[in-house]
Amino acid sequence: MSTLNTAVAQEMDKSDEAELPAGESRPAETVIEEGATVGAPYADDPKFKLRDVEVFYGEDRAIKNISLDIARNEVIAFIGPSGCGKSTFLRCLNRMNDSIDICRVKGSLQLDDQDLYDPKRDVVELRARVGMVFQKPNPFPKSIYDNVAYGPRIHGLANRKSDLDDIVESSLRKAGLWEEVKDRLDATATGMSGGQQQRLCIARAIAVSPEVVLMDEPCSALDPIATAKVEELIAELSESYTIVIVTHSMQQAARVSHRTAYFHLGHLVEVNDTNKVFTSPEHELTESYITGRFG
Amino acid sequence: MQPANLLILTLALVVIAYGLGYARSRSLAMPLGGIRHLKSLPFYYGARAALWCGIPALLVLALWAAFQGKVIQMLVIGSLPVDMIPDSEGAASLLLSKISNVASGALPPGFVDAPIAQAAERLQELRSQSRLYMTALVIAVAVLAGFLGWLRIRPRLNARAQVESILKWIFFSCAALAILTTVGIIFSVAFETFRFFQKISFIDFIFGSQWSPQTALRADQVAAEGAFGMIPLFTGTLLISFIAMLVAVPVGLLSAIYLSEYANKRVRSIVKPMLEMLAGIPTVVYGFFAALTVAPFISDLAASVGIDASSQSALAAGGVMGIMIIPFVSSLSDDVINAVPQTLRDGSLALGATQSETMKKVIFPAALPGIMGGVLLAVSRAIGETMIVVMAAGLAANLTANPLETVTTVTVQIVTLLTGDQEFDSAKTLAAFALGAMLFLATLLLNVIALKIVRKYREQYD
Repeated sequence: MSTLNTAVAQEMDKSDEAELPAGESRPAETVIEEGATVGAPYADDPKFKLRDVEVFYGEDRAIKNISLDIARNEVIAFIGPSGCGKSTFLRCLNRMNDSIDICRVKGSLQLDDQDLYDPKRDVVELRARVGMVFQKPNPFPKSIYDNVAYGPRIHGLANRKSDLDDIVESSLRKAGLWEEVKDRLDATATGMSGGQQQRLCIARAIAVSPEVVLMDEPCSALDPIATAKVEELIAELSESYTIVIVTHSMQQAARVSHRTAYFHLGHLVEVNDTNKVFTSPEHELTESYITGRFG
Repeated sequence: MQPANLLILTLALVVIAYGLGYARSRSLAMPLGGIRHLKSLPFYYGARAALWCGIPALLVLALWAAFQGKVIQMLVIGSLPVDMIPDSEGAASLLLSKISNVASGALPPGFVDAPIAQAAERLQELRSQSRLYMTALVIAVAVLAGFLGWLRIRPRLNARAQVESILKWIFFSCAALAILTTVGIIFSVAFETFRFFQKISFIDFIFGSQWSPQTALRADQVAAEGAFGMIPLFTGTLLISFIAMLVAVPVGLLSAIYLSEYANKRVRSIVKPMLEMLAGIPTVVYGFFAALTVAPFISDLAASVGIDASSQSALAAGGVMGIMIIPFVSSLSDDVINAVPQTLRDGSLALGATQSETMKKVIFPAALPGIMGGVLLAVSRAIGETMIVVMAAGLAANLTANPLETVTTVTVQIVTLLTGDQEFDSAKTLAAFALGAMLFLATLLLNVIALKIVRKYREQYD
């Protein structure tokens, strides 16, 4: 993947040089300057404050010196070509990379001014606050009810059965799934359609009342109608949650997000208001990507 | 020619038929403009010719080899003088073995009557004739059928479809062979069991609580009546299997969980093969480990706390058997747990579940059907295990649930019933078949239950 991207990037560099007037051509390595993100990567009183983040897979440096703030109750989209590190970066935010032995994270990552990677930090508590929805719907092979009740049960959020029922109902309602499944809460979740399964996974994630929901290409395995429903849902959820969404679809990023971050080969190239990114991007790499010249 | 040599010759003919068929299809194809104008690839024409050559010849060979002995015997017996023709089956087989001993030179002809010596000569003669005819017939069939198959190769012949359908039948007959063997075993066991129940009442066998299969060999012998109650044996089997599972299931399952979920790659690469090595130790080694080390240790330990324990005990045999079975449980469970998709683990961990919560609530239920399969395999292994029990648990058929006493199992009794000098139609030897039949029924029942459970969980989790 990365070699492919390198090749594409080099090709693109050449074409850039061809367009530039003679004498103004720049050397290829200055196209992406490490840690120099253009646009508006910082925010006041951010939810996440991420500084100089680097991620290594063994010897490979997958994330190169990224600094970014994620504001409260904003929807921020991570876009970029395959293998650019956007999913890796997303998975740092709830420490899902911990389960990969060779993965190391450096830099300062703070959630509400507390260090995410503090050795004393309780990962369980962190993940209860930062929920995640995955690329492929992954409901547990249990009933619909048990899927949603899973998180509240392990965190002891309900004292009585009726409390748990309430949490399940309200989560399913928020996920826009209640009307479809209220009569078959005992049916197995794996028998649902792909779109329903993904909305169930969202319901499952919000059942533990997280503050942030991370979404890793949540619609890539869904058909257009199911995608539209999930996007509608994201818009509703953005009123009460901070949402970070990784997506391959630029239209989706344009439709659902407030800000958009463009990743390239492990660099964070540009962060700006979504409108600005898609109408007048500041960086030529961003422009090339959103106009479909590569990616 | 010996059948084995003939077989090799036939196979050589098959290879030649393949080569000729292949060459003919190519030479037919060339004038047409290449093998693309053949209906099938040259390989299939070759294979077709080979199958034409081989299958009829091998069938003839198999039939001849199967029936020649019987036919020759009949001819030899028929050639004897009328007064020497045996009147019973037993006498006939005795006479035949005498004749064949003379024929093979083990018994000098001078030691037997003249008719028998003549019969031996006749046997020799018939055997060599039979061999000659067989050789000629098989080679003739192979060459003729192979030639026909070769001759009928045409560019438009769909050899591929024919080869495919013949292969299908070959595969089918292999599968049928396994099933037929099983059916044959069942019938032979059932037949002997039926004979046993003509001597001993079914009720006494099923519900009897006494097992002492000593019966009189001769009418005038003073011996015990013989009691054939299977209850003590089955309780012994169940007790020992239960103790074995008590050891194997928790240890095996938990070590599988450790290996698949917690251990890092290096630990796993060392521990897993070592665990699996337990399965490679011969059971007889486990047997003397149980008898010489574990059983005395248990009886000493029991004595030191003031409990009376026998020097051979169900606990020793069951415990050691459990250790032997650990790799069955752990290896299969490990595979099944690893097969649970990583996305489910991620989903659970992302909700803030700990590793053990994820294991308990997501991975384990999803893996349960497979784990059940492993456990049941281990149970049938435990029920069938003999050697450890012979050595460590003893032979005395005690009806007891006390694991410190000596007990015996069904398989051990089958062994003791069938070893030593026995009359083969006495109740004592036939009892072995009855026990075998009961054991078979028990494991069958176990498998049916297991399948039911697995299916139930499958419905729930798929």
